[in-house]
Amino acid sequence: MSTLTSHSVRPGTLGTSAVRPDAAAKVTGGFAFSSDMWADGMLWGATLRSPYPRARIRSIDVSAALAIDGVSCVLTSDDVPGQLTYGLIVQDQPVFARIGDDVRYVGEPVAAVAADHPETCRRALAAIVVDYEVLAPVTEPEHCIAGTAERIHPDGNIFREQRIVHGDQSVRGEITVEGTYVIGMQDQAFLGLESALAVPDHDGAGVELYVATQWLHEDRKQIAACLGMPEDKVRLVLGGVGGAFGAREDISLQVHTCLLALRTGRPVRIAYDREESFYGHVHRHPASIWLRHHADRAGRIVRIEARVVFDGGAYCSTSPAVLVNGISQIQGPYKCPSAHVESWAVRTNNPPCGAMRGFGVVQACFAHESQMDKLAAAVGLDPVEIRLINAMESGDVLVTGQIVDDVAPVERCIRETAALPLPPLEPVSDDYRDIPGGSGLTADRRHVRRGVGWGVSIKNLMYSEGFDDYSTARCRIEDGVVTVKFATAEVGQGFVMLAQQIARTVLGVDEVLLDTIDTQIGSAGSTSASRQTWMSGGAVDMACRAARERLLDLIAERDGLDRSSLSIDDTDVVDGLGHRVPVVQAARGLHVDETAEYHHPPTEDLDDNGQGNCHTAFAFVAHRAVVDVDLDLGLVKVVQVDTAQDVGRVLNPLSCVGQVEGGIAQGLGLAVMEEIVVDGGLVRNPSFTDYLLPTFLDAPMVNAVFIEEFEPKSPLGAKGVGEPPCISVTPAIVNAIRQATGRELPRVPVRPSDICL
Amino acid sequence: MTASSPTSLDYRLRVNGREHLVQDSWIGESLLYVLRERLGLPGSKGACEQGECGSCTVVIDGRAVCSCLVLAASAVDSSITTVEGLGADGALSDVQQAFIDAGGVQCGFCTPGFIVAVHHLLANTPEPSDNDIREALSGNICRCTGYGRILDAVQQVVVRRREAGTAS
Amino acid sequence: MSVAVPRTLDEAIELLASDPQATLLAGGTDLMVEVNLHGRRPTTVVSLARVPELSMWRIDDDHVVIGSGVPYAAMENGPLAEVLPALAEAARTVGSPQIRAAGTLGGNLGTCSPAGDGLPVLAALDATVELVSAQGLRSVPFAEFMTGVKRNSARPDEIIRAVVIPRHIGWQGYAKVGTRNAMVIATASVCLLRTDNRIAVAMGAVGPTILRAREAEDWIVDQTSLADRPSQAVIDEFAERVAAAARPIDDHRSTAAYRRHAVRVLARRLLERSYR
Repeated sequence: MSTLTSHSVRPGTLGTSAVRPDAAAKVTGGFAFSSDMWADGMLWGATLRSPYPRARIRSIDVSAALAIDGVSCVLTSDDVPGQLTYGLIVQDQPVFARIGDDVRYVGEPVAAVAADHPETCRRALAAIVVDYEVLAPVTEPEHCIAGTAERIHPDGNIFREQRIVHGDQSVRGEITVEGTYVIGMQDQAFLGLESALAVPDHDGAGVELYVATQWLHEDRKQIAACLGMPEDKVRLVLGGVGGAFGAREDISLQVHTCLLALRTGRPVRIAYDREESFYGHVHRHPASIWLRHHADRAGRIVRIEARVVFDGGAYCSTSPAVLVNGISQIQGPYKCPSAHVESWAVRTNNPPCGAMRGFGVVQACFAHESQMDKLAAAVGLDPVEIRLINAMESGDVLVTGQIVDDVAPVERCIRETAALPLPPLEPVSDDYRDIPGGSGLTADRRHVRRGVGWGVSIKNLMYSEGFDDYSTARCRIEDGVVTVKFATAEVGQGFVMLAQQIARTVLGVDEVLLDTIDTQIGSAGSTSASRQTWMSGGAVDMACRAARERLLDLIAERDGLDRSSLSIDDTDVVDGLGHRVPVVQAARGLHVDETAEYHHPPTEDLDDNGQGNCHTAFAFVAHRAVVDVDLDLGLVKVVQVDTAQDVGRVLNPLSCVGQVEGGIAQGLGLAVMEEIVVDGGLVRNPSFTDYLLPTFLDAPMVNAVFIEEFEPKSPLGAKGVGEPPCISVTPAIVNAIRQATGRELPRVPVRPSDICL
Repeated sequence: MTASSPTSLDYRLRVNGREHLVQDSWIGESLLYVLRERLGLPGSKGACEQGECGSCTVVIDGRAVCSCLVLAASAVDSSITTVEGLGADGALSDVQQAFIDAGGVQCGFCTPGFIVAVHHLLANTPEPSDNDIREALSGNICRCTGYGRILDAVQQVVVRRREAGTAS
Repeated sequence: MSVAVPRTLDEAIELLASDPQATLLAGGTDLMVEVNLHGRRPTTVVSLARVPELSMWRIDDDHVVIGSGVPYAAMENGPLAEVLPALAEAARTVGSPQIRAAGTLGGNLGTCSPAGDGLPVLAALDATVELVSAQGLRSVPFAEFMTGVKRNSARPDEIIRAVVIPRHIGWQGYAKVGTRNAMVIATASVCLLRTDNRIAVAMGAVGPTILRAREAEDWIVDQTSLADRPSQAVIDEFAERVAAAARPIDDHRSTAAYRRHAVRVLARRLLERSYR
């Protein structure tokens, strides 16, 4: 049996707003984040980084650094015992840039030091002499595509080129609309900066790493390869994670920390500061997307054409997968029988880009939702009608040829969002905090115009293109005490709470202990792609069900009962005669230990024409944004965002609302303020002074409803809720600004000057 | 040897009602660093080191400030309260409890700074409007929640305190 | 290497006289960013936080004296806000509440960033800066105090004691543009003072120093009596002339074109606001 059949209302079970087990520690300051890890005799580590986007390293002289009192060691690429590079898909990222080879982006690691104090580390870094031959950077993606750019890596300047040719290519619409849309580079900007503590084994043959990451096992694989150690000599323990949003999918300081600890024989902690964090992890791909929609006179889409360019920066990371995610869902949540797409993910000397919440679909969605409003205007429909007549349904086909066999309540998402109450169509408040510009007192209410805009999106769940991103869980029952173990990275989303909810529901106990999250169990896959509720939830559910069956076997055996008559109801074991014994009591003296692996059905690679069943499942969402715009100054205040999201089934209402509100704030950031400004390969704003995140006064009022149509493909009937909230809210906000201003606004974030100059 | 180890200052700090001796510290250490790395009080968090996130908020002599911007050695003779000093006898404060009840905690990294800032806000403004709350907390960045559940948590505390006040 | 925490102004002056290389520390909101992130390594720090003379303010008949150590939070509301509403409005836009609890007007003057939020108010209201040292006291008009981007005319042995701001009869207001609704550095800011017979207008973040638009100030007085609201054409032309006095640059926060545009809009709106 793979699905839950009863909707229990017992506190703490599935469907209730169970409390996070880590919440009390987090509100008191007692929760140990990776940056709080400490060990006796610990040294501090730090990383020397390239100041140039492209340069050849002629030589590195570390002697002056080594001579500083308090410095224990200095490492360069010569000190890497194993594989010299790492990476999630292609191992092209150097642990340290090699002497004689090139640095390829500003911030690329060149050396690392360990010392007795952070200030000693800073002095040591300053004392390392690197002789660079500065080279002209390649920063223009189109030059890579045209082949006119200098080759900046032996693997070339193209990470992936993929086309999609789908349906009848001769189809033309009576109406066409087109545009080129540009998406700026967004940062995940988790608050808990990269940090790790490495503790070497006494014999130096192994190492334990406490680290904030999204995927312990993938980290371990890459670390072990670089250390030249068998994987079982590298043990990873999840340090408390202060948010992730994709930025912890790739290796950052993991190998460096382990190398320093192994070399010095002492525990080493590395903790990035905010500027280093901007250099230390990948970002959301900046993209340029040309889209042309063909439609009939009624507004039905008959064909799309697209040209998509993602700038992957210096190293591959997940660029090929991000690209495929974007182009395979570029039709949006709409029917589309014919498509032609050309796309590239390219290598430049810009900062490396990879995973961020929404993973390629954010970029595609900004383009297709901008187009939907253009199409609406061209055929004389309103933004809701154009989306309704094109809304995808279960059984429809993607431009990749894949049939969407999920629950696909796109029309319901739109209709239920539209049914939420709108605020007045004119601004009403004179409180400066309700007016764009806020305490800057830049405007009065009369300077402000209100706009309403829509965005709707599709988002694949889980990994794609043949990847078996399974998850493992173990459930032990000892003397009535239930312990669940998994390697699922808890990054803030609340899986620890969900795991307890599942165990309580399946096993009829209230107390559920959680074992340490580490590599002493099989992989859980990454906390990415909205996948852990489905995948690790599925694994925990399987393990708990197996444990329940085994427990009932043992009870039947011990008590001489008819096994087929035994079941768990609420918190009791019940026999065929209706006798009830609390599970905790019945399980006394018994020991059960079950481990389960959950796999989703296999997926396929795309072929040369971009055809193939590359995705596992899909979720849908609609957003309607209300904004106030100061037309003269171009300042924006997002007043309200309404949303209806396809979630399959709500497993924890409070947690779902938290995901939705948080995702909306991130999508708002991309719409109006968040951008890493890169100029000639240099990052101009690597700080929270100049990389602006939404504050409390920027956050809109959110009204959210959840569309609960049980998803039969999902082990718990639920779809992942993490990514959809941040995807179509961005175009919804920009469409609202367009409505208020009449401007085309083809680029996000929308800057004040885009509105008023 | 080209430079000496960066240590030398000794001074005392009064944190959560307790005197602490800070020894052999480097002159440039922020209060945040000293709290976390020298005094065993890691509840205050650092996420920007420049007063743009509020994660390190502490109260010094009645003012809620960013401890990353306080030169630790200049905070002598001050009364410093951190998140560790807010609960009474190991029990959660009403603000801490409300953050849990309302779902105001996700990754939790910003949470200690928010808890300190909310205590400070409500001590000075017991009946804030929604916009008062938003403005007072606009220096505390949260990347997970979008602030909705945090607003809810603060509103819950206001209501509970009002009811408790009326009852007594 | 030391951190001194003097308890009197005389003590602080003495410390600085004996070591003019010492770094003065007020609220810490600028200096500590330099230390934390930009490699500034002071060897001696003199903290002014415990010098009572610097934390006092008083309102006299014709001017207001604000000690350099008074935090912005103290200017947002209360008696200071009543007599200096433009300063209160500027104070409310400084950083975050935590920054305003620590940051001081003296610190804004010591740093002298063109984006310092309090500075356009001092420029428009013709404030003077009081500097003390072992040599005695001198008063410097703000216009002569700020000499460039993060440069001022204080000597290394001088401490900013206070700011003296004349009390003007008339309307004063401040507005600041940033691309976020709170906690943001100015991309442009304007402070405007209107009395019955003159207008003073100062701009922040659009030049190397705080700029007064003196040509525009003189022009509007020649055009019209200020007792009644000028025609829209005059207001618009005034705003245009204010914008013409800006000397903005392109940087990662904004463009010169937007900054010039923004001061035009703010000057217009502030003048309009002064008649409502």
